Amino acid sequence: MGDWLRQAWTVARKDLLLEFRTRTAIVSAVVFTALVLTVFNFGRDPTAVATIDLAPTILWVTFTFAAMLAMNRAFQLELENDALEGLLASPLSRTSLYWGKLLANLVFVAVVEVVGLPLFVLFFDVPVAPVLLPLIAVIALATVGFVAVGTLFSALVIRTRFAELLLVVILLPFLLPPLIGAVQVTARLLGGRPLSESAGWLRLLAAYDIAFVTLATLLFPFTVDE
Amino acid sequence: MLSAEGLRHAFGGGRGEGGGGRIVALDDVTFTLEAGQTLAIFGPNGAGKTTLLKVLAGLIRPDAGRATVAGGRGAIGWIGHQSHLYGHLTVRENLLFWAALYNVPAATRAQRAADVMQRLGIAEHAERAVWALSRGLAQRAAIAKALIHEPRVLLLDEPFTGLDLAAAAEFRTLLAQLRGAGRVVVLATHNVGEGVELATDVAFQRRGRFVQFAPRGGRGPAQIADEYRRALGEAGG
Amino acid sequence: MSLARKGRLITLIGLGLLALVYVRALAFTPVERLQGPAQKIYYLHVPAAIWAEMAMFLVGLAGIFYLFLKDPRLDRFAEASAEAGTVFASIVLTTGPIWGKPIWGTWWTWDARLTSTLFLFFLYIGYLLLRGAIDDASLRARYAAVLGICGMCLVPFIHLSVYLFRTLHPQPIVLKPSAPSLPGSMLVTLLVSFGVFTLLYVGFVMQRYALALEREEQERSAHA
Repeated sequence: MGDWLRQAWTVARKDLLLEFRTRTAIVSAVVFTALVLTVFNFGRDPTAVATIDLAPTILWVTFTFAAMLAMNRAFQLELENDALEGLLASPLSRTSLYWGKLLANLVFVAVVEVVGLPLFVLFFDVPVAPVLLPLIAVIALATVGFVAVGTLFSALVIRTRFAELLLVVILLPFLLPPLIGAVQVTARLLGGRPLSESAGWLRLLAAYDIAFVTLATLLFPFTVDE
Repeated sequence: MLSAEGLRHAFGGGRGEGGGGRIVALDDVTFTLEAGQTLAIFGPNGAGKTTLLKVLAGLIRPDAGRATVAGGRGAIGWIGHQSHLYGHLTVRENLLFWAALYNVPAATRAQRAADVMQRLGIAEHAERAVWALSRGLAQRAAIAKALIHEPRVLLLDEPFTGLDLAAAAEFRTLLAQLRGAGRVVVLATHNVGEGVELATDVAFQRRGRFVQFAPRGGRGPAQIADEYRRALGEAGG
Repeated sequence: MSLARKGRLITLIGLGLLALVYVRALAFTPVERLQGPAQKIYYLHVPAAIWAEMAMFLVGLAGIFYLFLKDPRLDRFAEASAEAGTVFASIVLTTGPIWGKPIWGTWWTWDARLTSTLFLFFLYIGYLLLRGAIDDASLRARYAAVLGICGMCLVPFIHLSVYLFRTLHPQPIVLKPSAPSLPGSMLVTLLVSFGVFTLLYVGFVMQRYALALEREEQERSAHA
């Protein structure tokens, strides 16, 4: 255990330090989140549609889109001076590299979500306080799955033309199951229903996480080795 | 310490039937180097020199044959066309990161980074971001990165490219210090005669093949260049 | 006979047989009591849906083997299968609404099975776009294999999530625990149609495979 995880953390810490230095990606993603939330507010008829009905969808569409922005940068930043080549030539294992990127992406997306959630509550006046803990658990559960897939796919597209656009197109079908699940559970939570009512969805989210984290870990070496 | 056995590799196209449009980068390359030896590989662009170094570094899995380096990836230092440095981190941060990746014990990393920067004369630039360095300083930082884990095997791919005369001379002096002393150095360049005086062995590579591989003996740059022209001419223009 | 011609022949036979299936479906198979003649499209819709999904499964399977064997034939097959799958998914997405209009009263509903096929269709499009974006043949094959394997694993999740969402679709009437509730003659027509679609899949894949071979040949001569 210890060793490969330590190496993964070394990579993740470096990514986060780089992000902290430049701040372009994180600031863009946070501003993007705020903008999308604003757009949603004006993109509905407040007299016809109750906020609470639309709120879960707004929250998740915002989070997934912001996450996709984040994913693009994971391997993009390794192209500068071909640092990726250096990583692959070093004793760093492919698994550690993938997990390092995954950890950094998770932290990145978590930051966006931490800023996004209060904004969401503020803009749409959604009562999250009573269900805050289960809601955070659901957000974490759904985020892990799609970030795992997104991290893998961002390694597939870095050397292609229109990488940003292509990533969105190949990633979206994969985001649909966790997105649908997360929206359903969130809707039930905000509607004051107990978590047990969403057991089926929670199982789906958990199964998705396990399946795709495992699959991505196994497949990642094939995306970087020549 | 470093050995290549029957390396073959080709790019493009599929591996199965046909394979006509493939570019041969390595064609039955075999050699062994012991500690203290420095091999200079000369060859035209596209001869497969970079591929050979990448195979030795474990970056490319060859179609056939085997390359072994005692100590594996962790024993190799690589200086290529790219510096592998993160522009927005400082020189020191870069060195500490690569030291950690190469499993340099945490307690000695800071000292190691300081030593290597001292040695390359970039100690006063330690806290500057890499993107802000001049080309020559960046090259030195890249060399520092390659030396941070005290590699036993150095792989140099066109290391003189982009260096001005003074920097190139400086780099040659550094290489002279690094070679020998239980190290293996492999240097590949298209510029015939460059770095000859550092080499114990010389190879000419053309279309993936070693057309000549011999100890340098007492040959100087002019003689090597002469033999290079003859060897490549003989091999069929 | 060349592969392309063989493929064309099989496809033509498949199309001919499909016409016969419809002769049987229209003239010799009873009209469904509730749905009326609209149900006839079922013999096109269901086999296409099955093959749209089978094709994705085969893309993924070919991907797994490719990553270990690095045989370009597997990659060519995966590409051919993905394109055939896209065609079948399109057939499902076209015939679904045609059936849905008279029966459900609307062209499109976010019905479970139709939605699954739509996702599958997007998956195919993404797969083919990724292939199109990479020039190096072995890199393309490797990346496509990775995406294909993920796609194969995504299919059950799509089913599950869409199924949990809601469903308006007629419940499965052939493959269910109790005896098939489809009248015998309809079942026979369906099974025959499924066989014909299998033939069409094989024909499509063979032609597409031959095309890939030809393209590689051209690239090769362009290099030389």
